[in-house]
Amino acid sequence: MLKATLVLSDGLVFEGESFGFSGETAGEVVFNTSMTGYQEILTDPSYTGQIVAMTYTQMGNYGVNPEDIESKGGPKVEGFIVKENFDYHSNWRSKGSLDSYLKDHGITGIQGIDTRALTSHLRDNGSMMGIIATGETNAKDLLKKIKAHAGIAGVDLVKDVSTKSDYRWNEKLWEWGKTKQTGRHLYQIVDRAKPKVVVYDFGVKFNILRNLFNTGFDITVVPAKTSAEDVLGMSPDGIFLSNGPGDPEAVTYAISNVRKLIGKKPIFGICLGHQIIGLALGGKTYKLKFGHHGGNHPVKDLESGKVEITSQNHNYCVDVDSLKGKVELTHVNLYDNTAEGMRHNDYPLFSVQYHPEAGPGPNDSMYLFKRFMDMVEKNV
Amino acid sequence: MPKRGDIKKILIIGSGPIIIGQACEFDYSGTQACKALREEGYEVILVNSNPATIMTDPDMADVTYIEPLTSEILEMIIEKERPDALLPTMGGQTALNLTVELCELGVVDKYGIKLIGAGLDAIVKAENREQFKHSMERIGLEIPRSVAVTTVEEGMRAVEYVRFPAILRPAFTLGGTGGGVAYNLEEYGALLKNALDLSPVTQVLIEESVIGWKEYELEVMRDNADNVVIICSIENFDPMGVHTGDSITVAPVQTLTDKEYQRMRDASIAIIREIGVDTGGSNIQFALSPETGRMLVIEMNPRVSRSSALASKATGFPIAKIAAKLAVGLRLDEIPNDITRETPASFEPTIDYVVTKIPRFAFEKFPEAEPILTVAMKSVGEVMAIGRTFKESLQKAMRSLEADTYGFEKPDETLNEKALMLKLKEPNSERLWFIGEAIRRGYTVDAINSVTKVDPWFLNNIKEIIDFEEQLSDMALHVKNLSDIDSGLLRKAKESGFSDRRLSELLKTDEDTVRVLRKLRGIIPVYKIVDTCGAEFKARTPYLYSTYERPFYKISEDTTDRAEIHAISACEANPTDRKKIVILGSGPNRIGQGIEFDYCCVQAVYALKELGYETIMINCNPETVSTDYDTSDRLYFEPLTIEDVLSIIDVEKPEGVIVQFGGQTPLKLAVPLEKAGVRVLGTSPDAIDRAEDRARFKDLLHKLNLKQPLSGIARSVEEALRTADGIGYPVMLRPSYVLGGRAMEIVYDSESLYDYMGRAVKVSHEKPVLVDKYLEDAIEVDVDAISDGTKVIVGGVMEHIEEAGIHSGDSACSLPPYSLHPRIVNEIKEQTKALALELRVIGLMNVQFAVKEDEIYILEVNPRASRTVPFVSKATGVSIAKLAAKIMAGRTLDELGVTKEPVIKHIAVKESVLPFGRFPGVDTILGPEMKSTGEVMGIDVDFGLAYAKAQASAYNRIPMAGKIFISVRDKDKHSCVEIARTFIKNGFTIAATKGTTEFLQGQGIEAEPVNKVNEGLRPHIVDLIKSKEINFIINTISDSKSKQDSQSIRTSALTYKIPYATTISAARAVANAVEMLKSNKVGIKSIQEYHKTASGL
Repeated sequence: MLKATLVLSDGLVFEGESFGFSGETAGEVVFNTSMTGYQEILTDPSYTGQIVAMTYTQMGNYGVNPEDIESKGGPKVEGFIVKENFDYHSNWRSKGSLDSYLKDHGITGIQGIDTRALTSHLRDNGSMMGIIATGETNAKDLLKKIKAHAGIAGVDLVKDVSTKSDYRWNEKLWEWGKTKQTGRHLYQIVDRAKPKVVVYDFGVKFNILRNLFNTGFDITVVPAKTSAEDVLGMSPDGIFLSNGPGDPEAVTYAISNVRKLIGKKPIFGICLGHQIIGLALGGKTYKLKFGHHGGNHPVKDLESGKVEITSQNHNYCVDVDSLKGKVELTHVNLYDNTAEGMRHNDYPLFSVQYHPEAGPGPNDSMYLFKRFMDMVEKNV
Repeated sequence: MPKRGDIKKILIIGSGPIIIGQACEFDYSGTQACKALREEGYEVILVNSNPATIMTDPDMADVTYIEPLTSEILEMIIEKERPDALLPTMGGQTALNLTVELCELGVVDKYGIKLIGAGLDAIVKAENREQFKHSMERIGLEIPRSVAVTTVEEGMRAVEYVRFPAILRPAFTLGGTGGGVAYNLEEYGALLKNALDLSPVTQVLIEESVIGWKEYELEVMRDNADNVVIICSIENFDPMGVHTGDSITVAPVQTLTDKEYQRMRDASIAIIREIGVDTGGSNIQFALSPETGRMLVIEMNPRVSRSSALASKATGFPIAKIAAKLAVGLRLDEIPNDITRETPASFEPTIDYVVTKIPRFAFEKFPEAEPILTVAMKSVGEVMAIGRTFKESLQKAMRSLEADTYGFEKPDETLNEKALMLKLKEPNSERLWFIGEAIRRGYTVDAINSVTKVDPWFLNNIKEIIDFEEQLSDMALHVKNLSDIDSGLLRKAKESGFSDRRLSELLKTDEDTVRVLRKLRGIIPVYKIVDTCGAEFKARTPYLYSTYERPFYKISEDTTDRAEIHAISACEANPTDRKKIVILGSGPNRIGQGIEFDYCCVQAVYALKELGYETIMINCNPETVSTDYDTSDRLYFEPLTIEDVLSIIDVEKPEGVIVQFGGQTPLKLAVPLEKAGVRVLGTSPDAIDRAEDRARFKDLLHKLNLKQPLSGIARSVEEALRTADGIGYPVMLRPSYVLGGRAMEIVYDSESLYDYMGRAVKVSHEKPVLVDKYLEDAIEVDVDAISDGTKVIVGGVMEHIEEAGIHSGDSACSLPPYSLHPRIVNEIKEQTKALALELRVIGLMNVQFAVKEDEIYILEVNPRASRTVPFVSKATGVSIAKLAAKIMAGRTLDELGVTKEPVIKHIAVKESVLPFGRFPGVDTILGPEMKSTGEVMGIDVDFGLAYAKAQASAYNRIPMAGKIFISVRDKDKHSCVEIARTFIKNGFTIAATKGTTEFLQGQGIEAEPVNKVNEGLRPHIVDLIKSKEINFIINTISDSKSKQDSQSIRTSALTYKIPYATTISAARAVANAVEMLKSNKVGIKSIQEYHKTASGL
């Protein structure tokens, strides 16, 4: 098997074997603790700029299929790190192997390294830049290269992953035996047309759109740079701000557009959308040491007192204290007590840091889409 | 939400004796529950009939009853203790069934007891098939097409709708006992009748067969705020059709996408809510069509289970402990995660390794039983292994089994293609190895999948292992020297889980050479922590497993030379500088080595902790208390092979290792460990050898002037015949170095001896056969003693009820002796002391004696913990295992203040529990080969009452009225007279075979003659048993012919649940018990009260 090397910016070198595309790739190395859902993770646009290391050790088991994707055009990660890629996939929906999927889409992977040691290192020292190179390479050269890399802090990654033009969405959530059919709605809308939602695509995951569809929305997705005026011109009943990659402070155009929209229409934001709302309201965001990436974090809904097991994928966080008087904290992460959700005191606006759309991860929090619908309907 | 203030006293029901389907996982859960509830300030009342448990240690609960698990006894305990609440979910099906019974009898209402954890509604909804089906329909989940039937007629109609193949599942039976698959009407009729009979509620579910489908299990927890989390997901290697307890299983699920997994997760959450389990854990099983993904719900257990124990060990999330806390009103987010300490229990563990469980079977004990696996559980234990990949995990699990396998050895090479195909098709305990062999012979994964239905993912992993084996073998042929072997390849082999032993076979060398070579190349394991979170948080609990990971290194831009680079191995063992002792566990439970040894190991841990040692446990049995990360200071979940143990010792560098407590498993390692320079604590391996080696043992007894039955050693069949002739028949035959009486038999003539030598053993110069004079009708006595090398204290003298020749593990016994003369008992004690001192025993010793006509013979000396240690400790209140551990750490009996042997005022009777109901076709006659799976204890002021309680605990009903059937060999006829009189005096009538009838009538006893089956006249005895006219059977046999003639009597007794005795002594004890029960009311008393009245120590 072809050799591959991972070099972290602090000089740690892991030697393993190549899988996927042979080449060289750099990015911020983060670990993800989900045991299932590698295809969704690979195709999640929020991972743009990042190399993902999976803590679970057996990858590729169930292959890949055309349904479990979160974006078009293949994986969005910069690289993939696993303990073992097992190429004999077995699942009735599988249409190919993970290895060839990565090859086809030019994604470089490394396997056979001590991923637990890597995870502990990132946990203790924080996420850092890394480079994967295939074949015989000189680790010192790779270290020089990655140290010279500008990194992803302060960089607008949204512009690369957002749609170039508006489009409408008509696909429902995956359901066993019924995929790709025009589906029933989870919540019945009676006596009138579907409420219209405009989705700002900062790198939106398809499962968000599928959830909005199942909830009963008429969905139009617009590019991240669409002006507030244009959006209002579409006279939506609600506005949705999507997830997306990178540093929220770098997406200045989105912050100023959102500022203009707050109070005008009901707004729901997820992940980067949540962070942009925080910044638009004049609050602050900060970077977590190694982020939250996985499908097992407990989040408490402070109103109901109930705990949801959530899907997580973020490196940045809103400092909700900086928004005192404007918003109320609604959800808290029970692992580290970081803010996971907020609601505006005066306007129809709420947002969460985590991923109620799942894909991958638990479906515990899908009620939030219903909450958005309720808010929209109340406002109509 | 704060914990409940309205309850203070909580009753916990244990699961009783170890039986197939219900083993020591319930000691683990019960012990955790006791600890958790007391930690929260509640008073715990515990009832369990099993003395071999840690949970019945007197300081585990506030009040402990070792009493029969019957509703009458429980009501007496409830009346006396007045608990506020009952936690029914910790003691398996036994506790759940008893709880239902107590509710139905009105006891729960009468005493105002609150059910916590699961209410009656939830229990019934989950357990009653019909109700379960409706519940699933309500939440839109599919279950297999099925009909619940209560009569044969209904059953015949039902199968027209369900269609063949059809599965039969009797309601409320343990481990699916009595279940089966029918492919045609004839099979169906027979199975149906049996299933209806076995179900205590006479209800059987007839179900659409999903044999060959993928099988999954999810462990779910819920708190009273309706927060639900999944603790662990499990995928079965063996598809549907094999009981999950008999299946190889893997965690987490491997072949489901996230969408499919979440669908299952959502279903599980909906199910626990619909069934209404208020708080605690449940286990839910699913079947999935491999072609379409259609998902069916199979069953739900509203309690902790074998799987939840496995899930706890697999993830580090202690389900039973948390379930107990949830039951008293705490919420998941109010309970901290022990392992990370900083995060709450309201999360879903994520693991960064693969866990494999392999069941352990005992078919060799039941040669008459068909060794195939079905929907009724047959395994007696299990092992679990942790590895970073499935390949590593699987191979570690294989060698953990301790079944003389260290990887994919070739099974029988003479097996032809047809036979191999059958071995693949019919699930059996060795199928894994046959799959390996099929791959070796070139069968494709597709071909094997189509026969076995095992998922191709698993099969391809095995293929990689076999391919790699071939690569290694090839290389061994091509290199001149072993030292020319490529390090990369060797490392890769270790990463894939190959044992040194298997590698040595492939490389045509020996294990030591592989180990030396490997260490020379720096290929050593690292230890990783089971931390519930995939390293996202720092772990505080040293619960470790080994793996092979490639080292990495650190460079800077100034690094010039690779030589400067220092390899980093991320080993998380971080050994401390404390003085420490390693305790080796007992591995998988099996017949002959069960929970008793885990009890001893755990006692050793407690004792050494008291002395300030750091305790390090090594074991691979997920069911046990010893593998709770809470028990020892450090836990290594590892196979108990010399390789794995030495690797840990290299890292930990302990003061010494204790091999005495875990039975034969660790004992086997004593000599190799000592050879490797490891200090083995306690009695020297040489002394152990002196007691085990026949010739040396003979010399020892000769030196001490002690008697032993005439004996000889045979290294060939001819020698065996010669020896037996010299000694005189009957003789007892056994291979050397055995535990649990493996392949031990009594033969009465040369023909049977010849037969035995051909059938049971492969005799050789290295493995001789022992030939002993069999002392007929001798009384057997077991003694457990402790010695510090200069002083000996006898912990207990136990007189067996069954005569010598019945394996001590299968006979009942009484502590103190109930019929032996005190002079004999004293002499036995003196002999024990002499043996202990001569062998320089440091720690525990067990001696088995036979007493015949006032002569004392020594049968066996075992300088180690024995099966009876927990029984002695519970009977006397003195933990002799704990004392022994302290002695092994260097204390003396004087220093420990132990001066006198314990004396008790009560009688404790141990009775064995036998698994015959699981193995159709197996004769129930007892013999020198141990067959019991578990034990119970009856304790009272009188032998008869204690015996009666022991029988009740062992689920052997004591008959209180009716007809006794007697059919005994000639030499027992005299002894029968008194027994028959006792029964008649108590209102029974007697029926007997013609010979016995005439004899009894001659003695003035009224008896009615009954036809033998082979006499050809009807009605015969089996007819009477079937028509329930017989209430108790006394049946003894003289030789194999009479054994054959009367087997149908014993088989039908078993089927129709007629209590029986196959020895005169047991019959006498039953008669005695009947007499006592007629005149006395059975009372209850906690063991704490009993122990108060004991003296000594």
